[in-house]
Amino acid sequence: MNSAQPAVRLPSTDAAAPKRPHVTIRGLSKTFGKTVIYDNFDLDIPRGELISVFGPNGCGKSTLINMIAGLIPVDAGKILFDGMTLSEIKFGYVFQNYREALFPWMRAFDNIAYPLKMMKVPPAERKARTERLVAHLGIKLDLNMYPYQMSGGQQQLVSIMRALVVEPEILFLDEPFSALDYEMTLFMREQLQKLFIESGTTMVLVSHDLEEAVYLADHVLLLSRHPARVADFTEVTAARPRTDATLSDIDFVRTKAHCLEVFQREVRRA
Amino acid sequence: MNKKSLEPFLPIVGVIGLLAVWQVASSAKWVDPVLLPSPYEAGKAFWIGMHGELGFDFVKTIYRTAMSTVIAGIIGIPLGIVLGSSEKLYRSLEFVIDFFRSTPASAMFPLFLVMFGVGDETKISVAAFGAILVILFNVAYGVMNARKTRLLAAKVMGASRMRVLFDVMLFESLPQTFVGLRNGVSLALVIIVVAEMFIGSQDGLGHSVFEAQQLFEMPRMYAAIFAAGALGYGLNLLFLLIERRFVHWSGK
Ligand SMILES: Nc1ncnc2c1ncn2[C@@H]1O[C@H](COP(=O)(O)OP(=O)(O)OP(=O)(O)O)[C@@H](O)[C@H]1O
Ligand SMILES: [Mg+2]
Repeated sequence: MNSAQPAVRLPSTDAAAPKRPHVTIRGLSKTFGKTVIYDNFDLDIPRGELISVFGPNGCGKSTLINMIAGLIPVDAGKILFDGMTLSEIKFGYVFQNYREALFPWMRAFDNIAYPLKMMKVPPAERKARTERLVAHLGIKLDLNMYPYQMSGGQQQLVSIMRALVVEPEILFLDEPFSALDYEMTLFMREQLQKLFIESGTTMVLVSHDLEEAVYLADHVLLLSRHPARVADFTEVTAARPRTDATLSDIDFVRTKAHCLEVFQREVRRA
Repeated sequence: MNKKSLEPFLPIVGVIGLLAVWQVASSAKWVDPVLLPSPYEAGKAFWIGMHGELGFDFVKTIYRTAMSTVIAGIIGIPLGIVLGSSEKLYRSLEFVIDFFRSTPASAMFPLFLVMFGVGDETKISVAAFGAILVILFNVAYGVMNARKTRLLAAKVMGASRMRVLFDVMLFESLPQTFVGLRNGVSLALVIIVVAEMFIGSQDGLGHSVFEAQQLFEMPRMYAAIFAAGALGYGLNLLFLLIERRFVHWSGK
């Protein structure tokens, strides 16, 4: 960590201001063939929060964030970001499969800087902004390496930095750690929490690990089987930074048990 | 001496073995010495030839093969990218490409002879024709099989269609493009050598092999065959080295 570095705050909300919804989803519908995944679905995502999305296999978690991030079209409905459309805002997306999401022909540094190139930022500024981000995160990584020379966790860290370099208003992550081994997953959770605390960016994280979902979230979005409904939108009140001690905290354990109960109720509802 | 340090020399074992069998076969007269001269005689013919006429033929064949490969690359690579980036376009042309790819290029000689006469143009254009189809097919295949996630990632970062094409698809197709180039140059060499044998040629390795056979100069014929083999091997190696240098991420 570089503590001498003055914190370069990425855009964040005024702590005093009441939280307005950042993303509003109204009347969202999506079918694949004959399968109805979403039917008239409504959701508000609060600003500056980390939302974990949890639910049964194939219920439409990926579909939801992919529609919000514009990767797949919606059949019907409106998704607005502070009243604006997706094309008017800056956002980041982190794929589960980092191996296929990074560009192996570019060095890690150029991978991270690539979105800036798409925003037509001049080369010198691109370099400066990327360096500033790396210094700010205090990540010790040789960014002259190519992705295939790095470990899985390092590659996913590069993916996350690539998503953060544009200073996004919202960051989407679809099971970002599920291809990593356990040790690396624990490390990456801490990295993500740190990034979240420092940047205050709204984050939507799909996770298939309930403990991880609760540990990282301000709210856990529990989805039912498709057609997906909001089964519960559970608040997680534990203070940040959360640590290993949080995991055995009584409130935390209670919240997790509640989420598990809701989840199992939804799974049983065949 | 330990066993590890000998490993780099293993490939030479096969060469020495082959030369030994050849030497024994020729000195024991298993084969008519007129048909199979000794390795020494063939080697001598090669050495002398490469400093004279054979060397000239060698350069000629390199020139023709290189020209046809360059032409094939200039036409085949962009066409392959265009075809590969549009599934509909590719599907509608797939049969035509497959058909001509399966047509022996040598069957096209008479047609090209009518069009270009007996000069270098015919040889080079038939070889280029064969190589184009091989290159085009591989490039298109490489573009079509670009990783979906990578294309999505570029799109999410705000890349336009053109950007995706040049920043992602082009690179994604490079490993397959090199497969196409290697196959293309091998095919071009085959076609050029055949053309040099039979299409009123005055020079080139094909002509050299054919003429030596007609004059029954067997050592010279073996020398020319060996030169053609070395050329084929060398071209393949050259492309492999270029590939390793520029497509460093391939297979990783
Ligand atoms: N392109 C597609 N075509 C057809 N069906 C699809 C498509 N994408 C998703 N589906 C189906 O839609 C449903 C929801 O898919 P989605 O990937 O959103 O689920 P998920 O909740 O992310 O599941 P997982 O836990 O496996 O990641 C699944 O039943 C899936 O089979
Ligand atoms: Mg999913």
